[in-house]
Amino acid sequence: MNATGATLPDRGTGDRLTAIFWRKPNVLLALLIAPPLLWLGVVYVGSLAALLVQSFYSIDEFSGVVVREFTLKTYAELLRPANADVIGRTLAMAAAVTIGAILTAFPIAYMAARYAKGRWKAVFYIAVMLPLWSSYLVKVYAWKLILAKEGIISWAIDSIGATPVLEALLATPVIGGNSLSTSYIGTFLVFLYVWLPYMILPMQAALERVPANLLEASADLGATAGQTFRMVTLPLALPGIIAGSIFTFSLTMGDYIIPQIVGSSRIFIGQAVYQLQGTAGNIPLAAAFAVVPIVIMLIYLALAKRAGAFDAL
Amino acid sequence: MTLAVEFTHVSRHFGAVLAVNDVTLEVPEGSFFAMLGPSGSGKTTCLRLISGFEKTTGGTIRIFGEDCGAVPPNRRNVNTVFQDYALFPHMNVRDNVAYGLMVRGVAKSTRVARAEELLALVKLADYGDRKPAQLSGGQRQRVALARALINEPRVLLLDEPLGALDLKLREAMQDELKSLQQRLGITFIFVTHDQGEALSMADQVAVFNQGRVAQVGTPAQVYNQPATRFVADFVGSSNVLAPDITRRFGGPAQWASLRPEAVIVTPQGRATGRVTALRYLGAGTRIVVDIGGQDIAAMLGAGEAVPNIGEEVRLDWPHTALHLMGPEA
Repeated sequence: MNATGATLPDRGTGDRLTAIFWRKPNVLLALLIAPPLLWLGVVYVGSLAALLVQSFYSIDEFSGVVVREFTLKTYAELLRPANADVIGRTLAMAAAVTIGAILTAFPIAYMAARYAKGRWKAVFYIAVMLPLWSSYLVKVYAWKLILAKEGIISWAIDSIGATPVLEALLATPVIGGNSLSTSYIGTFLVFLYVWLPYMILPMQAALERVPANLLEASADLGATAGQTFRMVTLPLALPGIIAGSIFTFSLTMGDYIIPQIVGSSRIFIGQAVYQLQGTAGNIPLAAAFAVVPIVIMLIYLALAKRAGAFDAL
Repeated sequence: MTLAVEFTHVSRHFGAVLAVNDVTLEVPEGSFFAMLGPSGSGKTTCLRLISGFEKTTGGTIRIFGEDCGAVPPNRRNVNTVFQDYALFPHMNVRDNVAYGLMVRGVAKSTRVARAEELLALVKLADYGDRKPAQLSGGQRQRVALARALINEPRVLLLDEPLGALDLKLREAMQDELKSLQQRLGITFIFVTHDQGEALSMADQVAVFNQGRVAQVGTPAQVYNQPATRFVADFVGSSNVLAPDITRRFGGPAQWASLRPEAVIVTPQGRATGRVTALRYLGAGTRIVVDIGGQDIAAMLGAGEAVPNIGEEVRLDWPHTALHLMGPEA
C-alpha cells in the first residue's frame, strides 16, 4: 500500500492515542502518575497523617480508653527516663550501624564502581543482592546460631586461642553480655549484615557517576591519592552515601525483630511501638514513638543539606 | 637545544593491542608541538604517557632529561588540559583554578590572588564565583587552561583542546593558544585529529599512524613533503599516485603525492579525463577528474570557471609538484 498524500493512513486506536499524547503530552503524564499519586497520597500520606493525629491523643490511665483531645501529654511521656532510654539506645544503635555500614560498604562499592567491568559487574550485583533473596527471618535466626555461645564464631575464636579476647569484649559494660547473641555487639553485627546492601548499592551508583578524568585531573594538578579522595571522590559520592545512610539509619530505627531475636532484653523503638499498640493498647504513645524516627530523619536530612551534601547533585 | 620531552623506543601495549609501537620522538623546549593522527593512532596514549596516566611497556620517556618511568602523575612538572575539560563540578571556577596550589598547601589568600590573575589571563576575570555548569563550552575550556597553568608547568599537554568547540570559537582559540604559548614560553604539546589545527598552530608536527610516528617535521615539511602515503593522504587529502601512475605522468616508477592546489585545468594540460565530482568549498571548488581509472583531485580558485560533471577537461601541474615518496604505506 502506497500513501500518496502527506499523511499516512490511520491504523486504529494506537495511532489515535499516539496523536492525543503528541498533542497533549500532559495527558500521558497525568495517566502515568495518577495511580502512584493516589496510592502515595491517600494510603501512605493519609496513614502518616492518621499516625500524627493519634500521637496528639492521650490515654485515660484508669479506663485505658483513648481520649480524643489534642494534648502534648503523650509526647511528654516520651521524656520519662524509661522511654528516653529506649530512644537514646535506638538512636545510638542506628548511628553505629550507619557508620559501620559506611566503612564496610565503601571499599566494596569503590571496587565495584572503579574496577569491575562486564561479567565482574554482574558478579558484584548478584553477590550484593543475593542475601536479599532469602527470608529476613531465616537470616536473623541463622545469625543467632552463628553468634551463640556454642556457635561457629566462638568455636573459631576458641580454636585460634583467642577466647580471652572475646571474653574481655563481652565483659565490656553496656555493649557486652553473656554471649555475642545476647549482646548489643551481636545486634549491631546482624543489623550491619542485613542492611549492608542498602548502603552498597546507592554508594556504588554515586561513585560510578564520578568521572575517572576528574580523578586524573586532580592527580595531574599535584594531589596525592588521599587529597583526591577527600577533595573530589568523597564530595561527589556524598549524595550516595547520604542516600545509603538514610536506608540503614531508618531501617535500624524502625526494626523490631532483630533486637528481639539477637541482643539483650532491653528494647528498641520498634519493639516499644509493637508492645504499646498490641498488649498495652496505648495507641497514642505507640504513635508518638513512631513519630520519633521520622523527626530524627528530617533533622538528619536538614543537617546533611546544610553541610552541602547535596551540592553535587 | 634542550629537549622538553624525549621518547626513546617507547611502547605501550594493551593486552595484544599495540597502542604505541616503538616511538622515538623529540620535543624541543619552548615548541608548540602537535601530535596529529586519526583516532586509535596512539597519539592520546603518548600524551597520557607523558602525564603519567599510562605506563610504558617498553622504552624510556625523559622530561627535561629526567627518566620519568617511576614518577607518578602528581609529581611530574607537567599539566594537562583534558579533552572534556574535567572541571570539578562541585567547586566554583576560582577553586577549580586554585586547586593545584591548594593541594600544595599554598595559603588561601595567595592562591586566590593567583587564581584571579590566571582568570584574567584567559579573559574570565569576573567568573570566579560561578560553577562550571554555568559556563559555555569555550569558557570551560579557558578555565581548564587557567587551572592547568597555575602550577607553572614546564610542559603543558592539551588533549584535543578545541574538539568540543564550534568552528568560529575554534578559530579564535587557535590564535589565542598560539599567542599564549609565545608569551609564556612554555612547551605546549597538543593532540588533535584535525590537520588544519595542527598545521596552523604547531611549529612541529608528529603524524601518527597505527601506533607509530609516520613523520615528524614542520607543518610545511609535513604538508609539502609527506614521507609516506598515509601522511600525504591524511594531511591535506593529497592525490596519492601508485608507481605505474607516476611513471605515466612523467615521473620515475615510485609512489608520489600531488597536492590538489598544484593541479590546474587548462586546454594545454598533459592529462585528459572526465569530471566525476564537484565540491563547493566557498573559497574555491574541489573537482575530481577520472584520468584513465585514476582519480585526481584539483582545487579551483574562487574566480575560475567550474566545469560540469561529466565534462572532459585537461589537467596540468608543474613537474616539481610531483613529490616522490618511499615504498612504505
